[in-house]
Amino acid sequence: MRCRKCSNRAVLGLPRHNTAYCGPCLTEFVRTQVQKAIKAQTMFSPEDRILVAVSGGKDSLTLWEILLKLGYNVDALYVDLGIPGYSERSHEKVERFAHDVAEACGSKLIIQTVEEDAGAGNGVKELANLIKRPTCSACGTIKRYQFNRVAYQNNYDVMATGHNLDDEAARLLGNVLNWQDEYLQKQSPTLPASVEGFSKKVKPLYRMTEREIAAYAVVNRIDYLVEECPNAKGAKMLVYKDVLNRLEAESPGTKHRFYWGFLDKQKKSAESTKHTMTDIDQSTLLPCETCSQPTTAGTCSFCRMMARAKTAAR
Amino acid sequence: MNVHLSHPTRDIELQGPKRVADIFKELQLIPEAFLVIRGQDLMTEDEIVADEDTIEVRPVISGG
Repeated sequence: MRCRKCSNRAVLGLPRHNTAYCGPCLTEFVRTQVQKAIKAQTMFSPEDRILVAVSGGKDSLTLWEILLKLGYNVDALYVDLGIPGYSERSHEKVERFAHDVAEACGSKLIIQTVEEDAGAGNGVKELANLIKRPTCSACGTIKRYQFNRVAYQNNYDVMATGHNLDDEAARLLGNVLNWQDEYLQKQSPTLPASVEGFSKKVKPLYRMTEREIAAYAVVNRIDYLVEECPNAKGAKMLVYKDVLNRLEAESPGTKHRFYWGFLDKQKKSAESTKHTMTDIDQSTLLPCETCSQPTTAGTCSFCRMMARAKTAAR
Repeated sequence: MNVHLSHPTRDIELQGPKRVADIFKELQLIPEAFLVIRGQDLMTEDEIVADEDTIEVRPVISGG
């Protein structure tokens, strides 16, 4: 297979684009797509301070690397969830990337550990067991809370995560299968800092598939953690991704059409009703009675979870 | 050829030479969910893996 752009030996076929690229042309393609995403969704400008959430996996480390290469002002946040073995290995990958690549660009790494939160116990699994919730659910609540809190308290203009096209298409499939209207309304590559206490949140990799991102990481020698989180075994997201990849194999571009079609419909719907996400948030969110982060309930889901864990641990 | 797989981590032997696309078929894997790496280089589906080669079939899907 030859590169469609320069005719050198290709390293990756991209059936959804009916093309193939060599290493350098793939790198250029991915960076261009990320830049397009940033511009099309008005994510941030070169003057903004960006905090990227990193896990040691391919998506987040690739996002950090691309934003640095594109010249953005970006730091990173790693939340240590205390998952035995896995957290140590992921932490090591993040530290190594920070040392080998990011520090030279003046980019710093912030580390946050679950144990730092009173009552969190020894890691996310123990916490989830205490409150009888699935580990992935407790993990998601902690990460969302910590990402927002650290970004907001440290005056970052925007919080970026490594969610990709596969993540978004799988999440959309899950939300549609369960008709979760509220989640559908808020599924977007850009979420505004709609109320006091919320950081702006963006997903600059939403135009790229997991395979394209992994290929970029291999080509650019980004040393990421290949192993999957042990708690993800049997997760619904993996089932949805498998189904979508089977459809993709039969009809290249399925994931792209599914998610982008949704974004088009969402945009038209917002234009016709004239209700922006900011309007909706401002009419439904109030500060949490415990921590002041915005919530639809009196106490936010993170504080409720921590309170339950403290009670259960007694 | 030696094929290194993940989730769970294991090594298997396959008879070469063989096209990457045929390796996917034999292992019943969806190409969209994997990369094939020889040394430090990615391989496309039309490339041939020799009997003496060692390759990694790396999953690209994560829990999200």
